Formats: sequence, C-alpha cells, structure tokens
Amino acid sequence: MATKKIAGVDVQVNEEGFLTNPAEWNKEIAVELAKEEGIELTDAHWKVIEFCRSAAAVKGAAPTLRSITNGSGVSTKDLFALFPKGPAKKVAKISGLGKPEGCV
Amino acid sequence: MSEEPRKIAFICSKGNLDMVYPALVMGWAALGNGIDVTIFFTFWGLDMINKARVDHLEIPPIANTSMKMNMMGVPGYIGIPQIMGIIPGMTAFASALMKKKMKGLEVPTVREYLEMLVDAGANLYACKMSVDMFDLEKEDFVDGVKDIVTAGDFMDMTEGAQIVFI
Repeated sequence: MATKKIAGVDVQVNEEGFLTNPAEWNKEIAVELAKEEGIELTDAHWKVIEFCRSAAAVKGAAPTLRSITNGSGVSTKDLFALFPKGPAKKVAKISGLGKPEGCV
Repeated sequence: MSEEPRKIAFICSKGNLDMVYPALVMGWAALGNGIDVTIFFTFWGLDMINKARVDHLEIPPIANTSMKMNMMGVPGYIGIPQIMGIIPGMTAFASALMKKKMKGLEVPTVREYLEMLVDAGANLYACKMSVDMFDLEKEDFVDGVKDIVTAGDFMDMTEGAQIVFI
C-alpha cells in the first residue's frame, strides 16, 4: 500500500490507485481523480458519484453498474457516456471506493 | 494505458438457458472494464436474439448430469432420474426453477441483458448461414442487432480480438 498526495491531502491508495479508506475521500480528491481519467466532472457525474457514496455507506462496497443504473435513475447509455471506456472501475475509483463486488 | 483498446468477441451457438448467460455476463463485465465487445449469434444461439424466443429459453434436465435435486430444496446431490426428464412439463419446470433462482439474485433476464449490452456499446451480429437456414430476417431480431453477416465478415471485424466460442 502506498501514500499519494491528491488535492493537497495524503491518502492511502492500492497498486491500481484506488483509495483504500473511503473516509479519506473528499470532493476535491474526486475532481483530481477524474482528471487523471480525463473526465471533467459535471452535475450528471456528481449524481452518479453521490449515489455510489451513499450506496457504499450502506452496503460497505461500491455498487455494481446495474445497481447504479437501477438506483440512481441514470441510464446505461448515459453512464457509459459520462465515464467512457470502463465505467465500472472509473466510477468506483473517482468515488473513492474499491472495485465493485458482483458481476452485474 | 495502451492506445489500442482490448477487444473480445463471443460466438454464441447455443440457446439453452445455461449456455446463453456466459457471454452476457462476461460481455457486460468486459464493457464495464473498457473492453470492446462483439457478439456473433449462430445456430441455436440465434434464439437469444429472436424476439419470439428470447423470453422463452429453457433448460432441460434430460442428459444434464450436473442438475441435481438440491435446486428443488432436496438436500445432498441426488440426481434427477433421466426417465423423469421425459415427462411432459419437466423442462418447463426446470426452466421456471432456474429463472426463479436467477431473479432472486437480481440477474437480469436475457432480453434485459441484451439491452444493457447494446446501450453500453456492444456490437451484435447474426450469422448469415444460420439466419438463412432458419428462414429468419433482420425484423425477427431484437433491437440492437446491427446486421446479418457472414463468417468472413466476422473474421474481418474481430481482427486482434480474443475470441470465445460458447
């Protein structure tokens, strides 16, 4: 495990750059992590991120893509457009969570 | 990250319920990880995209040695006598049971899975030879099936892809 300075804060990250402690996450960190993925966060992105944060707070793990679309009202098409080329990992990473657990 | 995205192609040749899910599950996982997905439906696999068949796919207990009675709540791994498999209604019973199990796990139906895959950018194609053999047309298929293509076309469009035959 390594420490990385993101948005001026030292956070614990794993070898793939995922935060290992969701409590260390904040919105400035999300903006920086999104930039690393080439994404400029808009309100539509925040709707997804906030859903993931609250879902993970309840379930203890990042939601799967289908639970995001079912739970947040964001369609599959929109989700893949907001976080292109691999939303499963990107959403979880930007939201400061681990990889989603589950296959759907 | 490399410039060229990883590509994966599935050839779906079966229409039994247990054989239609692998490509759907793996295809969805691949798209979620940023991998290009192409699915080629051939032979019985055309049932997966046939509007009239997609909601009625089944699994027969006959000649299926892995299907045990524990699915029905009978403890242990007691087999279903093959002779029972030929009783009318057994296939419908086994299919309903499996669908109920999957619904409990929040696994989408085949139709819904296909919609998800298409919305996420998967490319779906039907095999020309099989389409001709079963007297089908593009109108017989669910939305999102891009075209009816030959085996040669499939080879062209999957250059550099990992190919999985199911």
